[in-house]
This record gives sequence, structure tokens and C-alpha cells, in this order.
Amino acid sequence: MSAAVRVFFVGGLFSYRALFNWISPVMYVTTMLGSPLFQILFFTFLGRQNGGEGDAFYVVGNGVQVSAMAGIYGMTMTIANERQFGTLSPLLATPANRLALFLGRALPVIVNGLVVSAFGFLVGLTLLDFSLALADVPALVTVVVVTVASCTALGMLLGSIGLRARDVFFVSNLVYFLMLLVCGVNIPVDDLPGWLEAIGRSVPLTHGIEAAREVAGGAALADVSGLLWRELAIGGVYASLAFVLFRFFEVESRRRASLETY
Amino acid sequence: MHVARLFWVGWLFHLKSLLLSTFFLLISVLQPVIFASIAFFMWRTGSREGTLLDIALGAGLMGMWSSTLFGSGGAIQWQRWQGTLEILVAAPPRFLLTMLPLTLATATNGLYAIVATLFWGRVLFGVPLEFEQPLLFLLALPVTVLGLGLLGLVMASTFVLYRSASAFSNLLEYPVWLVTGLLVPVSLLPGWAEPLSWVLAPTWGVRAIRDAAHGTGDPLFAIGMCLLLAAVYLAIGTFTMANFERLARTRATLSLT
Repeated sequence: MSAAVRVFFVGGLFSYRALFNWISPVMYVTTMLGSPLFQILFFTFLGRQNGGEGDAFYVVGNGVQVSAMAGIYGMTMTIANERQFGTLSPLLATPANRLALFLGRALPVIVNGLVVSAFGFLVGLTLLDFSLALADVPALVTVVVVTVASCTALGMLLGSIGLRARDVFFVSNLVYFLMLLVCGVNIPVDDLPGWLEAIGRSVPLTHGIEAAREVAGGAALADVSGLLWRELAIGGVYASLAFVLFRFFEVESRRRASLETY
Repeated sequence: MHVARLFWVGWLFHLKSLLLSTFFLLISVLQPVIFASIAFFMWRTGSREGTLLDIALGAGLMGMWSSTLFGSGGAIQWQRWQGTLEILVAAPPRFLLTMLPLTLATATNGLYAIVATLFWGRVLFGVPLEFEQPLLFLLALPVTVLGLGLLGLVMASTFVLYRSASAFSNLLEYPVWLVTGLLVPVSLLPGWAEPLSWVLAPTWGVRAIRDAAHGTGDPLFAIGMCLLLAAVYLAIGTFTMANFERLARTRATLSLT
């Protein structure tokens, strides 16, 4: 196995295990499954109360959005925690391929996001008025994979900012909550004021959710390919920005000797 | 006099600490405003009858619950991480008297959420801020703070003994928002949710505040229920705090993170 591939897979896995240094089955279940479960129930009942769009709208919106919990928080912590726990200097002192180091951290987070999202849809199928044809599942999985990857790219960007910012977790929490508002999770994006809609359309998740709703409604993958490409492109832009920032902060921090200062 | 001073100084100290925390700024101001906005937009796109003032007040109470939940639960964990929990337990006053100002301060911090959502609603959505019974409204607010703060005391006591209890902080936010009728009427939920809502102070707090604001229902009854529950929480908290503290000392787990 070449060094870069090893750093990508083994490094990513180690980082993921370190991320969950606090993890116990109880912690994982309550945080990654319990919280999404009640989020989906809360917004679906709120939708019912308001006579809104029907359960499927909220189940799909929130079912996809909860994957951002892994993508945003997980990725932010995976990068920013290196600094907080004092492991950033030894890590950056290694000659490891930076791209493999950086992207390898995303893979387990994406898989985790998929698990959380799958659980979200299961909640909708078992507890709420939501149904999904078996034939639509592969297309939906594809849409969710793209969306989770795109959200993880945003998480990478926040994590890179965490190499410099003092309190990046404030930002990642805020971003996660704002996604509930601007990404069409609970409100159709078209119903938002123009400036909020513009923000929503320029961040990950929005197009993925739109595609997921269409696919859950019976559309074929080809019908939503435009939305998917847009989601993927947005994710690509955020990932590129994140890597550039990561490298910039690495070089700058070495130059200023401020790698682990707060 | 000594107890009153301890309480006052402790409450003020913890309230100031919370106000300096960006995390509490997020959960007691920004998060409620975001959730209020979501509810406002959902209300606009839907066909529901109701008032925007209810949404603003409900979202404000959501923030108060988040502040209490993460503050009361997290405080024990933070004290543990910083190594000050043992010092607090070893201090001459009863541990309950040290923790009570903290949990009440976390609920008090939640008042920011109500102010924030009312202000936000007024400025951006034109929510009319007309209160039919302003005096009862002003009475309902501190009573709600008291009810939530003492519920926080019960939660905090479990955190003294069970280190993994912090995992439940994240879990308890949405269910309590849901089951106490802050934005969604309890009648929409399955039947078993209603008895559960009766033993949770936010149910009566939001009812008292809304009834006083609209001049409907019986705000005094809801205020009375909130006070009754506060007394029950205090009794439970006194018992559990003393016993859990003793058990944590016996098992030598107090400072284990």
C-alpha cells in the first residue's frame, strides 16, 4: 500500500476513533441517533400543526439534514481537535501527503452521516406517515451520499478555520442551526425572502434535499441529475476552499509559530 | 442571612459566567431566534389559525429550556473537567446550596431567549406585543424560571453520580420542546404524552405566560402548578443531591471524567 493511500485509510480511521475518544455506545446512540430521531418528530409535528406540506416533506428534509450532524460537527472536530488536544504539531511535522491526510478524515465521517440519515428515514417509515417505494431506494442512497459528501466539505472548511479561530464550535453550531432555516429542510426555499434563498442555494444540502424529495416522490435519478451535479459542484468548491485554507493556515502558523496558540 | 448571601453571590456569579459564554449566547439567543424564524415561516406557508405571539413566546421558552438543560447538566461536567467539583463538594455549605444558584442562573439566562424572540418577532415579522394581563405576565416569567431552575437541580444531581449522564443532555432538548407544548399543542401528540407533560414545569410555564399574554384561560392556575412542581423538584433535588453526592464520594468517582 502506498504511503498516501495508507494515510488516507488508516489515518482517517485513527482520526475518527480519536474524534470519538469520548464515545461509548450510550453517547453515540443519544447524540447521533436520539437527537435526529426527536428532531424529525419535532419538525414533522410542527408541520402538522401548521397545516403545512405533509409528513413526507419534513421526513425527507430532516432525514437528509441530520447527516450534516456528522458532516459538520464531525469534520470540524476531526480537524480542529488536533489543535485543541495538542496533536497538531506532531501531525504537521510528518511528511505525510497533506491531501491524503485531509481527505482521509472525511471518509469515516461520510459513512457515519449515511448511517444517521438512514436511521432518520427509518424513523419516518416506522413512526410517521411516510412511505418509500423499494425501487426508489438506490436513487435516494445516491442522492444522500452526494449530499453527505457535500456537507462534509463544508465541515472541512469549518475545521480548517478551526486551525486559526479560537471558538470554531460556535460557528459550526450556528451553521448547523442555520441550515435548518435556509436549506429548505422545513420551509420550501422559494418561500424564503430572496436573500435567505440566495444563501440557501449557495451552500451544501439545499439541492440535495430538493433532489431527495423528488426521488422519494418517484422521480428517476436522471430527472434530478441537474440538482445532483449542482450539489456536487458546491461540495467541490467548499472542499477546495477548505484545503487551500488548511495549507495556508499550516504555512502561516509555522511562520508565526502560532500553531497551537489560542 | 448567610444562606441568602451565598445564594445571591452564587446566582450572580454564575449568571455573569453564562453571559460571557459564546455557547450560551448561541443557545439562549441565536438558536431560539432561528427556531422562531422557522416556525414563523412555517406558519406563513401553512394554513394554521393562531398567533405569531404564541410562536415568539414558545420559541423563547425553548431557549430557556436549552439554557437550563445544557447549563445545569454541563455545569457539573465542566466543574469536573476543571477540577473544581471536589472543592465545591468539600466546601462547608451544603452542596445543594452551592448548586441551586447555578441551576437557577441557567434558567434565568433563558430570559434572554424570550426577550430575543419577542424583539425578533416584532422587528422582522411585526408581531404585536400586546399583553392583556401584563402583571400576571411579569409574574409568570420568574415563576417559570423558578420551575425550570429547580428541574435543572434534579438533572444536575444525576450528573454528580453518573458521568455518562451528559450524553442525555443532547437527547432531552427536542423531546421536552415537543411534549410540553411550546410550539406544538400536546393534543397533537399520542395520548401518553399528555400525562408526561403535566409533570414538566415548562408545560405550565408556557401556559401561564400565554394565558396572561392573551387574557384567556387561567394563568393563576398555571402559575400555581408551576410553583407546586418547583416545590416537588426541590424536594426530589434535595434528596437526590445529598444521596448522589454521598455515593460519588463512597465510590470515589466524583472527579473522574
